[in-house]
Amino acid sequence: MTTASTEIRTDALVIDGVEFGSRLIMGTGGAPSLDGLGAALLASGTELTTVAMRRYSPAEAGSLFQLLVDNDIRVLPNTAGCFTAKDAVMTAELAREALETDWVKLEVIADEHTLLPDAVELVDATEQLVNRGFKVFAYTNDDPVLALRLENLGATAVMPLGSPIGTGLGILNPHNIELIVSRASVPVVLDAGIGTASDAALAMELGCDAVLLATAVTRAQNPVQMGEAFKHAVIAGRLAKRAGRIPRREHALASSAMEGRAEFL
Amino acid sequence: MNIKLNGAHHTVADDASVSTLVSSITGRVLDHKGQAADGGKLGVAVARNSEVVPRSQWSTTTLADGDELELVTAVQGG
Repeated sequence: MTTASTEIRTDALVIDGVEFGSRLIMGTGGAPSLDGLGAALLASGTELTTVAMRRYSPAEAGSLFQLLVDNDIRVLPNTAGCFTAKDAVMTAELAREALETDWVKLEVIADEHTLLPDAVELVDATEQLVNRGFKVFAYTNDDPVLALRLENLGATAVMPLGSPIGTGLGILNPHNIELIVSRASVPVVLDAGIGTASDAALAMELGCDAVLLATAVTRAQNPVQMGEAFKHAVIAGRLAKRAGRIPRREHALASSAMEGRAEFL
Repeated sequence: MNIKLNGAHHTVADDASVSTLVSSITGRVLDHKGQAADGGKLGVAVARNSEVVPRSQWSTTTLADGDELELVTAVQGG
């Protein structure tokens, strides 16, 4: 018999040929202190985390990157804060130089109010970065058509949002996420909008290969506990997806047989 | 000579290269390939006048008066 723990061990997430034991990708944004962030990352069991690229400041130099290196957590630089393909490509090039990885989480946002991806710039940037040899993890709207376009342009993974960044509104369009998953042949990572553990479990039940979240942990009242909660939620959702849920029914269906009941006067 | 580093005025020696600048700001000794001599990860990148300078070219890229440099590293971010 295959037990759940065997199932988890043999069910690695593979992206660009790299295996991950955890399907939870953590962002590092929003944490008030580096110590607290480190503890939350370890509690979450993540093996891949995102970082942003910003001007070097001697006061806080290198400490985050060193923390990740020390804990054997792979780094996925993002292009957060970029509004145009041009800025995103430049930021990705700097990240590749600084962190010696050709992986990039491509974010090209339309405006600061919604932080929603700008589809036109996103498509342009994906094409340019793929041509420059990057492995593009494209942060995208929950649009099945756009997700497939990004994959066809050579994206390594597509990362549809559950809801806008930082809102904690969960997955607003589960049907679209399911549709994206059903047509994708690259890993699908649910990214953004996760509020609590059940949102992450749902993402996995919908068939996502992984979940990426940051503020749901870093801004929780107890980030370490929440990190651990997400670790279990992602495992639970993945197992449930693989186990195969029962179909939804209109009417009740007894699980106890009606035959052989005792009769009472 | 005067350059701009991360948007602020900065003075460097006339024969300064990208390598000497990075070394002085980060306090790390660099080898000719632009890696930290202490064997650790440096984790920074440089753009000069909006062009990324590969670390392998830091030691041979000399700065010019009025150059605008960006020195970036990884920080917390989603």
